[in-house]
Amino acid sequence: MNSLILRTATPFLVGLTVLFSIYVLLRGHNEPGGGFIGGLMGASAFATYAIAEGVSATRRALVVPPISIAGFGLFAAGVSGLMSIAFGDAFLTGQWWFPDFNPDLKYISTVVLFDIGVYLVVVGAIVGIICALEEDG
Amino acid sequence: MLFVLLAPFVIAVLAPMVRQLTGSFTGWVLALLPASLFVYFCQFIEPVGSGEVLRFSTEWIPSAGINLSFYVDGLSLLFALLISGIGTFIVLYAAAYLKRHADLGRFLMFILMFMGSMLGLVLSDNVVTLFVFWELTSITSFLLIGFNHDKAKSRRAAVQALAVTGGGGLALLAGLLLMAHVGGSMELSELLAQGDLFKENPLYLSILILVLAGAFTKSAQAPFHFWLPNAMEAPTPVSAFLHSATMVKAGVYLLARMNPGLGGTEIWQVLLVVFGGATFLIGSFLALRNTDLKLILAQTTVASLGLLVLLIGLGHDKAIQAAMAYLLAHALFKGALFMAAGSVDHGTGTRDVSKLSGLARAMPLTAAASLIAALSMSGLPPFFGFIAKEFAYKASLDGPWTLEVTSVLVIGNALLFAAAFLVGAKPFFGSPGETPKQPKEGSVSLWLGPIVLSVLGLIAGPGNDIADSYFVGPAASAVRGGAMEVDLYLWGGIELPLALSAATIALGALVFAVSSSLRRALNSLFGKVWGPDQGYDQFMDGLMGLARALTGVLQTGSLRRYLLISFGIVAAALIAPTLVLGEALERPIIPPADFYIWGVGVLTVIGGLAIVLARSRLVAILSTGVLGLAVAFVFLLFGAPDLAFTQLMVETLSVVILALVIMRLPVDGKDWRGAPRALRDIPIAATIGVAVTVLLFSITSQPLDLTLSEYFAERSYTEAYGRNIVNVILVDFRALDTFGEIAVVVIAGVAVLGLLAAGSRRTESEAERRP
Amino acid sequence: MEDAFAMVVGVLFALSVYLLLSGSIMRLVLGIFVLSNATHLLIFVAGRLTLEEPPLIPDMMKVAEPGFANPLPQALILTAIVISFSLFAFLLVLAYRAYQTLGTVDTDEMRYAEPEQSLTSLRGRDV
Repeated sequence: MNSLILRTATPFLVGLTVLFSIYVLLRGHNEPGGGFIGGLMGASAFATYAIAEGVSATRRALVVPPISIAGFGLFAAGVSGLMSIAFGDAFLTGQWWFPDFNPDLKYISTVVLFDIGVYLVVVGAIVGIICALEEDG
Repeated sequence: MLFVLLAPFVIAVLAPMVRQLTGSFTGWVLALLPASLFVYFCQFIEPVGSGEVLRFSTEWIPSAGINLSFYVDGLSLLFALLISGIGTFIVLYAAAYLKRHADLGRFLMFILMFMGSMLGLVLSDNVVTLFVFWELTSITSFLLIGFNHDKAKSRRAAVQALAVTGGGGLALLAGLLLMAHVGGSMELSELLAQGDLFKENPLYLSILILVLAGAFTKSAQAPFHFWLPNAMEAPTPVSAFLHSATMVKAGVYLLARMNPGLGGTEIWQVLLVVFGGATFLIGSFLALRNTDLKLILAQTTVASLGLLVLLIGLGHDKAIQAAMAYLLAHALFKGALFMAAGSVDHGTGTRDVSKLSGLARAMPLTAAASLIAALSMSGLPPFFGFIAKEFAYKASLDGPWTLEVTSVLVIGNALLFAAAFLVGAKPFFGSPGETPKQPKEGSVSLWLGPIVLSVLGLIAGPGNDIADSYFVGPAASAVRGGAMEVDLYLWGGIELPLALSAATIALGALVFAVSSSLRRALNSLFGKVWGPDQGYDQFMDGLMGLARALTGVLQTGSLRRYLLISFGIVAAALIAPTLVLGEALERPIIPPADFYIWGVGVLTVIGGLAIVLARSRLVAILSTGVLGLAVAFVFLLFGAPDLAFTQLMVETLSVVILALVIMRLPVDGKDWRGAPRALRDIPIAATIGVAVTVLLFSITSQPLDLTLSEYFAERSYTEAYGRNIVNVILVDFRALDTFGEIAVVVIAGVAVLGLLAAGSRRTESEAERRP
Repeated sequence: MEDAFAMVVGVLFALSVYLLLSGSIMRLVLGIFVLSNATHLLIFVAGRLTLEEPPLIPDMMKVAEPGFANPLPQALILTAIVISFSLFAFLLVLAYRAYQTLGTVDTDEMRYAEPEQSLTSLRGRDV
């Protein structure tokens, strides 16, 4: 789309939206947000980018093909589920660590990894669909 | 025990490999398995003989009361020994019989699987386990009968056997579950120990009919007897194993097993005696109509199964003894005769009794085995078959219906006598006839089984003390459901049974003498009479016709028709219960709610209406935005910020994708259906709408079960360290669901890419083809 | 409140069915869109409506105070929204590809798998 305003604003908009989507993803466990919402925000950021700058620019910006991102997200979610098996729990039982070396970092958990997986799946799949549709026309 | 029962299945899978590795020794190697099973079961002879009952149980689905529990008593042990013992010779025999067949490995695999299923069936204590093994025998027998799958007749026979026995199996399942319901247990041993519980229950008749449907189809009782002769399309080892000693006896086994719980009532007696007696006569008459060795044997098997059912139906102690003795005798002589008939076929190239004669010189061992087995079958002393027949007469003389049952027995036995000589003696004596192949004796694997089985039938006669105290006695006790002294003997003094035997032999000899003219007479009389075999075809044709007619009505290829039917049924299903139950859903026309809540609701409806009424694509796309935003607003209003955000984002992206696609389609967005079609569609749509509203009215007027929600709310922070309950449910409590759902998202993405890639490839290649 | 929204959901269902029956592939796709929104609302209403109390546990507390909205349907709907969106995208592309291959947007003319001819022979007895 050839709009000067859009093209000028897009880099900032996209950067901010992606950053915000990651924030929404990470805070999701305690406040509204999470992998699905964050992922959809991230996807709409890249969709804006694709509309303003074109698909090939978007693909360059993402470095890896979007559908691979989705696949990796599914893989990450699966791995987060398998971790519990190492501790003798059933598949996808949440595992928690409370490291005391960093007081700011409250905990590390497989659940966060799972949510990141969800995020990546949503971003990858939707951006993949939009890019493919844009290119096809 | 579980391990023992799994072994046949494990070895079965390896069978094709064993064949590759061991070549011509395949039979000997694989026969080790049934042989060792036989030895394993032998260890139970002593304890079971002294009245012990052994149980083995492994949990399978304990929450549903389904366990892999097994039960060794006299009855199941007798069967297990027959299955594994005859199985040993069958494996040997099959490997030699199909020596050059490319698929011998597969064949042995099926045979071993069948053997495992059959063992599981007779040893199962749990009703569900019993049913599973029961169906496994049907399936494996389907595979075995259809082994020559390039022949249409084999395929038909296989499907027929599966349809008949599988259908009966379903009835049996219902019967077993009803029994479990009435008796409050899934274990047969517990159910059957409850005495008259079933007989006094109002469900008794249903249970009885369902169980009998299973038993009668499996054991080829009239009018279901037709599948067994057709199953002779299978290679002979299958007939010798499945259709003589094992699978077809499963129905008899079931009746014997159920006897303590279901037997002894008048209706049981009537049904079993009438159907068993009819089958006995039909089978023995049909046997004499045929000239094919295997068909004669198949029909005599039908007859013998009828006799067994009849004896179990009589139900008194003598009848049960006779049934168990006959069961043992029949397994020995029929297995031997089938294998010998196969050897004759193998050696001469024909199974036509009218063409076979004088083979004794060329095939002495087969001839000897056949003759001994035939003598046992015809019931001549001192063979075990004689004892069985004597006891059957003793049982019939004890009533009820003494005269009728005894005359049926005499006629049937006389016909069987003739059939036995037709199969076991006629081909081997007289001057050698013309056969397609020069007759010669087969290898040791081919004659070992017949010889051993028939000789066992010979020595069991004089050695009846061992037979009764170790095999027939414990089995009869199990059938009766209490200890029973069994004393078999050859010489019972000059009494009525002996006279009946003599009459049978005289009549039988007469029938044998006129057998060929009798056959002609029977064939001209009944040649074109309608039988259940044609009935089966008509039924199947009818079924296909019905399917075709239904397909023609439903599968019209019109999407709108499909949707009309689906939505019509949905609407009816939603509205009917409310109308039938008469739940008056009296609501005010405008339910009370705050004005801003109504405002949001009306906005939602406006969004939807705008989509319907849109006259251009752009308006339609924008209207979807209105609807989506309104729905997001609803979510936000009612305490679902997560949903509202998600809906908002999805809305944005939906509009983007819609715009990308719809702008490429040549549509103007207008509704192009005319007034008549719109007038037809509007009532359906309106009905669905009303139905959904009524459904929601009745849902929300019921109390809501919040147990699960409260469970999550309580544990969200204390156990999963999250304050956003919705998110915790998604990523922790129900993470597996979410995992499945993101997998769907990935699949949708891949599918879209695939569709588009296929499209661009196609257009490219089309472009290339054009100049 | 539930009753009011039960009616809204009913209207949305009726509109979506009307769109689905139209025979135009574009309206079919729009019908699916309305249908999925209506279904989300159906689940939402069936789980009862609670005004302005999100199911969040406040800081310094271990369990939420009573009166919060039912979280279970929300979790169900959240995934349902994302799934139906993926399905919607797939359906759109499918419709687009169907148009490219078959050259029509009328569902009644889309007879690649079930041509008229095969149907007439199906209705006959000699198949």
